Parts: sequence; C-alpha cells; structure tokens
Amino acid sequence: MTTASALDARATPVRRLPPVDWLLVLSALAVAGVVARATLYTPADAMLGAVQRLFYVHVPSAILGMYVACSVMAIAGGLYLWIKDDRLDRIAESAAEVGFVFLTVVLVTGSIWGKASWGTYWAWEPRLTSALFLWFLVLSYLVLRDAIENREARARLSAVLGVLALLLVPFIHMTVYLFRGLHPEPIVLKPEKPAMSPEMLSTFGFAMLAFGLLFFAMIRLRYQWATARDARAELEQA
Amino acid sequence: MSNLAFREPSFIADAIRIARKDLLIEFRSRSGFLSAVVFALLSLAIFRFSWDPTAVRSTLLAPGILWVIFTFAGLLGLNRSFNVEQVDRAMDALLASPVSREAVFAGKALGNFVFVMAVQLLALPTLALFFGLPVGPEWWGVLAVALLAGAGFVAVGTLFAAVASNTRLAEMLLPMLALPFFVPVLIPAAQATSSLLAGRPISEVLPELKILGAFDIVFMAACALAFPFTLEE
Repeated sequence: MTTASALDARATPVRRLPPVDWLLVLSALAVAGVVARATLYTPADAMLGAVQRLFYVHVPSAILGMYVACSVMAIAGGLYLWIKDDRLDRIAESAAEVGFVFLTVVLVTGSIWGKASWGTYWAWEPRLTSALFLWFLVLSYLVLRDAIENREARARLSAVLGVLALLLVPFIHMTVYLFRGLHPEPIVLKPEKPAMSPEMLSTFGFAMLAFGLLFFAMIRLRYQWATARDARAELEQA
Repeated sequence: MSNLAFREPSFIADAIRIARKDLLIEFRSRSGFLSAVVFALLSLAIFRFSWDPTAVRSTLLAPGILWVIFTFAGLLGLNRSFNVEQVDRAMDALLASPVSREAVFAGKALGNFVFVMAVQLLALPTLALFFGLPVGPEWWGVLAVALLAGAGFVAVGTLFAAVASNTRLAEMLLPMLALPFFVPVLIPAAQATSSLLAGRPISEVLPELKILGAFDIVFMAACALAFPFTLEE
C-alpha cells in the first residue's frame, strides 16, 4: 500500500456542512413555543406566582445537563478507553460542552427561583452544592482538554477524568446530605401522581421535548464541528 | 547476592521499592518536604490573625483550617511526585523496568502518603499550640481521621498528578482537577475533626468515617486501574 492511499483510508471523510442547521432552527422554534405557552396559557403557581414558570426551563435543563450530558460524557469516555474510536471522544467532548451550558442555566435559573421562594440567591443546601460541584467538574474536564495539544493524549486523559467523575458523583451526593435539605423534593418523577395541575404538566411535557430537541441539536452541531476540526488537523499534518 | 535480572515480580515489594526511592530522593534534597512544612506552619500562623477569638471558639474554626492547609500542602507534594520522573525522562526507565504499572502507581501513592502524613504530624501539634486546643485522648481519633482521609487524598491526588504532568499547564492544572475529588474527603474529615475536638465519642462520627473508608476503597482501586491509561504507550 502506498503512503497516499494509507492516508486516504485513515482520513475522516470531509463533508461540507449545510449553511443552516435546520434541526437547531426547529428546536429554537420549539423552545420559543414553550416560552409562549408557559407565559400565556399556563396558570401561575398559587403561592410562588410568575417565578414558578422558571420551572419549565430549570427542570428540563437539570435532567439534560446533569443526568444525560454527564452520563454520556463518562460512558463515551469509558468506551473510548476500551475501543479507542475517535468518534467516541468527539461525542464525550460535545456532551461535556453542551452539558456545561445547560448546567449553567440550571444554576442561574435556580438562583433566581431561590431568591423568590427562599429569599436568598444561594444557600449551601445539598442539591445546590451537588449541582455546583458537578458544574466545577465539567469545567475542569473542559480545561483539561484545552491544556493538551496531542489529540490522542487529550482523548485518553480526559476519558480517565470522565470515568472517575462518574464514580465521584455518588460520593458528593452522600457528603452533601450530611447537611439538611431545603430544595423541594422531586415533583414530576414521583411514584404517586405528580403534584401539578394538568395544564402545568402538559406544558412541562412540551418543555422537556423542546429542550431535549435543542440539547440534541446542539450536541449534533458541536459534534459535526469537532469532526471538521479533526479532519482539518489531519489534512494539515499530511 | 541475589540476581536482580531474574527476580519474580512482586506487587508489594515493587511498590515499596518505588516509594523508598522517592522518599530517599526527598530525604536527600528535602526541597519538597521543607517547602510543604514551611507553607503549612506559615499558613497556620497567618490564619490565626484572621480569627477573632472572642467571636468564634477555636474548636469550631481549627478543623476547617487544618484541612484546608492539609489540602494545599499536600498538593505541593503531589506536584513533585511526577516532576522528579521527568528529569532525564526517568519515567521511561521506570516503565521499561519489569514492574507492573499498577505497582508504579501504588509506590508513588505510598511515597506521597508518607509525605502528607509527615506534614500532618508536624501541623497537628502546631495547630493545637497556636489555637490553644485541649490536648487529650481525642487526638487519637483525629489521627485515625487523618489516616483515612490521607489515603483517599493521595490515591486521587497521585492519579491527577500523573494526568497533569502530561499537560501544558502541569502544576496549575492539578488543583483544578483534584479539588472536586477532594470534596468527599475534606468535608467528612473536617466535620469529624470538629466533633472529636468538641469531646464527642468516636461512635458519633461513624457516618463520616464510613464515607471516608468507602471513598478510600473505591478510589484506590479505580485510580490504580486508571493509572496505566495516563501513560503514553
């Protein structure tokens, strides 16, 4: 095999990205629809008033940013260490970065809500503390990636951090529960019926779908960008 | 004289040999240990002046200060543990030797454990002296907490020192990577120390000791398994 054909076989196929990412546009429209529905058609909470509407942003962001993104980051990292496929590293990278944005939204909306319902923007309460440490963890993952230039070493070392982070989360959870709680208990995913009016529940369902779509569209776009970047790096090296 | 070239590889003997090598380098140069001890004692003195003894009782404040200083003095030692292997690419020689990677990790972690415990043994009496803490049998409990916390601390810290030594930022990156992982070590350790110094029996700090013990087991195993992945093939 000649050198040129060996390079061709190894290089990631370069595909031109469309000028407009229609999935992202669609998900942005869905989010706008949810905002309209939450503010115009859904009744406000009897006790908390209008600020309760942050619920439709806060909870989907928490589910997607904390549970989905962090699990994808850790599982893709673990699989990368096993089968060493660059695509897995790009998935982990995209999930971490998009997850970081969602986690930031969780902290900001949670703070505003906290001011309205507890009278303080921040309290050292178990769930808030866990969310904050998770935010720091994902941030350090992104900084680590940024600090390594060699692509293979970057994928390998950040995967180690991602897998260990998955082991750390239950410990942070146990540790912070040595303190007492202030955060409301789960409202939607309760074993009994959810403690919300039907309008609120359907708005929440739409919000979950819209933010889920946005989350997927953002990760997909970030993944395409990473593929293009890596392909370009390969061309420059060749 | 034994023939070293044909010896059977033994995990524990290899680990102890590597720890001994690191501690011997440390003992002969004294650079890392001295700076960590001076850092710990100076910080204790400086913290003393940020505290109003009429407002907060010393037994409430001292545990937090102790564990903050333990963390940062420990980070100084951890940074050093892989820097010594970068001189003349000594790490390559270590990896080429007939020693398993897990044994290299165990040896490095053991050396770091002796390092942080030695710093802690000097910091504890200084803390008691500067903050006027009661001296009594409760310090045996504090020592037990320090041993449990130190084991988890060096397991995670040694792994991330290896990760950080492979990056552009090196020493700058280690605290950022390791500190989130120290949370389940430092919070229970500080809470347990606080209860013990207040004269509570050791049975009352069992929940904290259980978290520390579980953390030690999980992360010693996980970090030893993850360590080979931090090395270049």
